[in-house]
This record gives sequence, C-alpha cells and structure tokens, in this order.
Amino acid sequence: MPELFSIVEKVRSKNAGPFWLTVDIFCGSPAAYARVASGLSSARVATLFKVDPATLKRFDIADLNVVKFSLLRPAIQGTATDRDMHGAGWAPLLAEIEIN
Amino acid sequence: MTRILIPSGALGLGYDAEALARGIAAKPDLIAIDGGSTDSGPSYLGRGVSKYSRSGTKAEWKGLIAARAEAGCPLVIGTAGTCGTDSTVEWLYDITLEILSELGLTARIAVLKSEQPKEQVAGALAAGRIAPLPHAPAINADLVRSTTHIVALAGAEQIAEALKTGADIVIAGRTTDTAIIAALPIMRGDHAGAAWHAAKIGECGALCATNPQSGVIQIDIDSEGFTVTPLADGAHCTPHTVSAHMLYENSDPFILYEPGGHLDVTAANYAALDNTRVRVTGSEWVPSDNYTVKLEGARVAGFQTVLLATVRDRRYVENIRPWVDDISTRHAQRVSNRMGLGPDAYRCELRIIGVDATLGALETRAEYPAEAGVMGIITAETQEQANEIGKLLNPFLLHHPLTREEEQPTFAFPFSPAEIDRGAIYEFCLNHVMELADPMDAFSLEVRDA
Repeated sequence: MPELFSIVEKVRSKNAGPFWLTVDIFCGSPAAYARVASGLSSARVATLFKVDPATLKRFDIADLNVVKFSLLRPAIQGTATDRDMHGAGWAPLLAEIEIN
Repeated sequence: MTRILIPSGALGLGYDAEALARGIAAKPDLIAIDGGSTDSGPSYLGRGVSKYSRSGTKAEWKGLIAARAEAGCPLVIGTAGTCGTDSTVEWLYDITLEILSELGLTARIAVLKSEQPKEQVAGALAAGRIAPLPHAPAINADLVRSTTHIVALAGAEQIAEALKTGADIVIAGRTTDTAIIAALPIMRGDHAGAAWHAAKIGECGALCATNPQSGVIQIDIDSEGFTVTPLADGAHCTPHTVSAHMLYENSDPFILYEPGGHLDVTAANYAALDNTRVRVTGSEWVPSDNYTVKLEGARVAGFQTVLLATVRDRRYVENIRPWVDDISTRHAQRVSNRMGLGPDAYRCELRIIGVDATLGALETRAEYPAEAGVMGIITAETQEQANEIGKLLNPFLLHHPLTREEEQPTFAFPFSPAEIDRGAIYEFCLNHVMELADPMDAFSLEVRDA
C-alpha cells in the first residue's frame, strides 16, 4: 500500500495557538481526495497521534480537496516536555501512513 | 468601501517595496501590519521582549512610516514586538520616535496597551468574570500572581477607539491578528462578516496568494463582501488559495472567535474576478451576548541547561537507546549521591537526534542513522542547580562505555563548555477569556504627538 505523501500534493502541520495542532492534507485532485476521505479513518489517525479519538477534530472539505485534523497538543507549546515548538513533526508522521 | 493595505504577515518578515509602492498609489484607507504571535513560544511573553531584531524591525517600520506619510492614511500595528506587552509597545514607540526624527516627520501616535495587572486579573477571577476555553489548564489566584506577564487580546472595538483619536500611527499591544484589519471597515459600516473574513484572509499578507513570499496584498471591503488583490508581480489569488487560507493555523476552518462574537464562513462563496483577484461574499458575523477578551499569560517554569554530544561510532549508534538509558540511570544516581536531589526535584531528558528527537513516542520509523546526537535537557529550580546537574552529566556523554570490558570511548562535543545555560524557561498558563462590561475596561489608550 502506498504512503499518503505519494498520492497527495502536500501535508502541512502547524500550531493553532499554544494549545492545539492542526494538520492539513492537500489532496490536489477530487480522485485523491475521495481516496483519502474514504481510506483514512479518524480512528487510525487518533492511534497514530496517540490521542483520545473524542478530542480529534476532522474536517472533510471537498471544495478544497482537503482533509484536516486538529488535535490537542500532547504538551502545551514550549513546556519542558514539548519537542516541537511549531508543530512541524506531525505532517511527516501522517504523510508516511499507508493508505488503501 | 474600505481599502486596507497589508504589507506582510508580520513586521520582521520583509515586504516587496515595489508592491508596497503600488499599494500606496492605489490610495488605501489604512495600512495594517501584525507585529506578533504566540507561535514562537512562551519565552517572548514571559520576558516581554521581541523575537525580531531591533535593526530589522526598524528598517521595515521605517519603510512603512514613510509610505504612510505619502498615503496620508493611518498605519496600525497590532501585537507590537511579538508579544504585545507594555514593554514591547514602548520598545516600538522608541523606534518610531527615532525614525520620525531621521525622516524629519511628525505624527500623532495612539498607544493602545493590553497588558493586565495581575491583581486585576485575580480580582476578575474571584468575581467570576474569567472562564476557561476548552481544555484550558486549571488556574487560581496564586497562579495568576505567579505570571510574569498577562495580556488581553484587543478586538476591533479598541482599535476603533485608537483610530477615533485621529492618530497617524497606532501602536497596539496584544490584539487579535484580525482586529487591526477589521476595525476600520466595521467603523465605516461595511459588512461585518466580510470585514472579519477579509481580516482573517489578509492577516498573513500574501500567504493567501500563489506567491506567498511576496508579502503585500490589498483588500477592499464593502457592504456585501470583499475583494482580495495581491500586489507583487507574478502573485495571483485564486478561489482555492484564498479559501484554503482559512485552514492556516486554525483548529476550525469555518469558525473564528473574536471579542464580541464569532465569524462563520460556512456559507462563504469565493469567485475569481480575473486571474489575480478573488471576490468573497456570504461570510457571517454572529455577535455574542457577552463581551469577552482572550487572555494570554506566561510564567517561569524553571531554569535550563542543555548539553549536546554527537555519536558517530557505529556500534554505539546501533545501541544508542540502551546506551542513553544506562546513562540516564547512572546520572540520576550520581545526582542523588552528590547533590541529594531525588528524581522529583528536577527533570533530565536525553533526546536522541536522528532517532526520535522530534516525535518521541509517536515515531514510527526504526532505521538507524549514520550518527546520532544526544541532547541532554535539564530543567531545575535554579540555573545553578541545572548547571550542576549538567556538569554531572558531562562525563557520561563524553566517555560512557557500552560494556565494562572495553577501552574508554570518547564522543564528539561541539562546544566548550559543553553545558549551555538557557536561563529561565517559561510556560503559557492561561487559555481563558475575561468578560468586560465595556471593551475599553481592560485597555489603556494614550495619544502622543511626536
């Protein structure tokens, strides 16, 4: 099975304020969007990110061919246990997930 | 119709001078630029200092002050000096005076301050006027008093008050990124939903266009919607680039909370006017029952010392995890023996660069690199203590053998001394809103003719 990055245009992750992270998958085409929207379950993403599925927000935005996930930061930005001040690492993590 | 010129996403990021001149020639009603964000972490608010250099800030601000004089319209900066404390507002004010003197200009300057006295915030907490946002850390009066700085995010109402003074330049403390753009069109009776939506699209400058680094954009807001025009050569806005910007640094791409209400763009329509400009309609502003402003606060969370060693020996790289775990155990014993400090009295973490330093327990890849970095991060109650714990870690990172039988190895230290004292580290400790009877209650406004 291919990894997500090989079928989409771009995966981006950023802080959304100090308490949230947001990860945007720009699929690039309706076909890739359909594949991601149906082939990437929120449960798998929650497992990958090790977050409570109930706190994971998901937006499927067909107009933009975008699937977006927002999650609570595992460590509040900049605290001693935070490894990634700007939330850069979640994009490559998700980009390497295998997709049907 | 109100025309807002936005030179870039933040003062300090640079802007295209030719595109700015084009924007000035188009006679804007206001020039708006953001001066900050929480995005670089809690240290700036904790210390009340700017992230960007004074020289870089001055050079860019000088260009905007000269452009403003030519345009004859107000120039507004929000969240001056990265964090928008009183200290960074005065920092930018001093820079402004230097620039005016160098350019031989005068200006009426409105100074809007957003910093909150701790006792007032503690009082508001006791009076039940502070409410947590979802998943906010628990707070009490002692925590409020332990902060080094608290700011409230001003909205359109406070910026409007500053503009009503007839100011040429508004230097604002912490504001929402959008308020500096939305305030004037709202004052002039343009569509409120369009004003806030335009502000969110425009707040990062040309990030909503095809050539994001070009900086300068112009937004026209009217009674029904708004039009976005990027001004740099070769920059284009498309319905996709504009609508996709609602995703950026937003946990919800359709709803944006602001003081006094929220923006809902669920029904917004994005249409290309030509191959450069985009027209947006259908954005809705939903006023709230109470007027609240968001609070940001930071406090000292200990003192840090950092060490870095790089490991190139293949056998050590292949065994880096057990090697690091062994060092952690032995170092903790040594700290206990030599300093009498138990594991709860400090924090020492060894992050393995090349393996999982970015993601930690989330890492899914298992390949090993040519070399690995081991970054020791020590957080303690005082700098002296953190440094002392670092000095006890130093010999392990330099010489610790994998097995007792082998000759003493040596690893690469890039620095002498190996211990790097980082000073105080800070943490964001508020994710709350404060209710105000009047929007100006938590803010101060002063006019200075310079």
